[in-house]
Amino acid sequence: LSGATLGSLLEGLALSLLLWACSLVLALALGLAVALGRRSPRAWVRVPATVYVEVVRGVPLLVLVLWIYFGLLSDVLGRLGIPLHWFPASVLAFGLCYAAFVGETYRAGIESVDPGQSEAARALGLDEAATMRRVVLPQAVRNILPALGNEAISLFKDTSLASVIAVEELMHRGRAAAARDFRTMETFTVVALLYLAVTLVLSLVQRRLERRLGGAHLDPRRR
Amino acid sequence: MVRRAAAALALLAAAALAGCGGGGPAAGRIRVATEAAYPPFESRAEDGTLEGFDIDIVRAAARESGLEAEFVDQPFDGILPGLQQGKYEAAVSAMTITAERSAVVDFTDPYYDAGQVIAVRAGEKGIRTAADLKGRTVAVQRGTTGQAAAEKAGAAVRTFDAIDPAFLELLAGRADAVVNDEPTTLLYRRDHPGIEIAGPPFTEERYGIAVRKGSADLLAKLNAGLAKIRASGEYARIRARWIEGAGR
Repeated sequence: LSGATLGSLLEGLALSLLLWACSLVLALALGLAVALGRRSPRAWVRVPATVYVEVVRGVPLLVLVLWIYFGLLSDVLGRLGIPLHWFPASVLAFGLCYAAFVGETYRAGIESVDPGQSEAARALGLDEAATMRRVVLPQAVRNILPALGNEAISLFKDTSLASVIAVEELMHRGRAAAARDFRTMETFTVVALLYLAVTLVLSLVQRRLERRLGGAHLDPRRR
Repeated sequence: MVRRAAAALALLAAAALAGCGGGGPAAGRIRVATEAAYPPFESRAEDGTLEGFDIDIVRAAARESGLEAEFVDQPFDGILPGLQQGKYEAAVSAMTITAERSAVVDFTDPYYDAGQVIAVRAGEKGIRTAADLKGRTVAVQRGTTGQAAAEKAGAAVRTFDAIDPAFLELLAGRADAVVNDEPTTLLYRRDHPGIEIAGPPFTEERYGIAVRKGSADLLAKLNAGLAKIRASGEYARIRARWIEGAGR
């Protein structure tokens, strides 16, 4: 591949990373709300959270991307004279979708913490919120780090779907280059290697995090 | 038991792979790739069958040379790579004969002359000619001559997989114009009154049927077939059915 093509792919990769980071923050925050919502004793909180997970999880992400960018939201904003820009549209689609999955992961983590822990915390005088924040969540997050890492990596690869709404991230740059000079095999091989390079780095970061937060008992070498 | 199940699975996988492999076409048949999202040249009828000007032309031209054409629906930017790799023998998709494409595939004699037009939102006053596209946002379909024309004009180009989302981008107010072949744009405007066409066509596009480099025999047969249907009046009938009056 020419230097110019490679440069264009790397620019695309930078945008992929930006999309990923913004979407991940949204998914992690919204996902926590969804998880707590699903565990709420109040039906008016629990039912919408459950419906959210079931609906968003059941729709292909590609459909969600197209639906947000060309569908209702774009239409409503367009009528108000504010065209929906591709960046918030893609971050919204990725964040909304992954919030459903991340939310279920959080829920699994919260439920993996022995109920005795929160009973003890409450007995020591912590209120409900402090028990969740100071006792349950730190242990839950440690337990679900491998699963969250999985989702973060999967989210990074799924940012390639933004190419269908002309977002010039890595996949879009690759398809543009292939359509221009017909070097399909070479182009997509480089694109694949670039995605792989990033996901390998992400795996490494995940392992570091696990070791730092996870305590010695999770490290197979120190068992 | 597990081993037997594994063996059965392996056999099944092998059979599936063999089924996908395809190999060559049956004698007297050619596989022709097309992107069936570009009326009036190629699109899907309500019952899902492929139809359009290109479909009828290739079917008729192939028949004149004793060939039966079967069509493969394929995204536009994947058509030429697939042709190079031998997934089909020919491609017809309102494809302009260009120097860049001729470097990787061969084209038949031109079978249709079109031109690019600029589509804008109704009421747009600032865009009349290609020169007005400079610095404006233009939506196009990836890999088309429309993309090339918009880039040449110095526009900020947004490329989509198909032409339909490019028009949606224009209607949503996120692009100022779409550059695309006139017949398809006319047809789109017929169903979407929010769109206007700015000025006459500003390029010349000659469509050809693409074949793999070195397929001299197939190329000769298709060219002979095209000449025969032009002489017999069938070409004019197909053209009248799909193009004349379409969207006007």
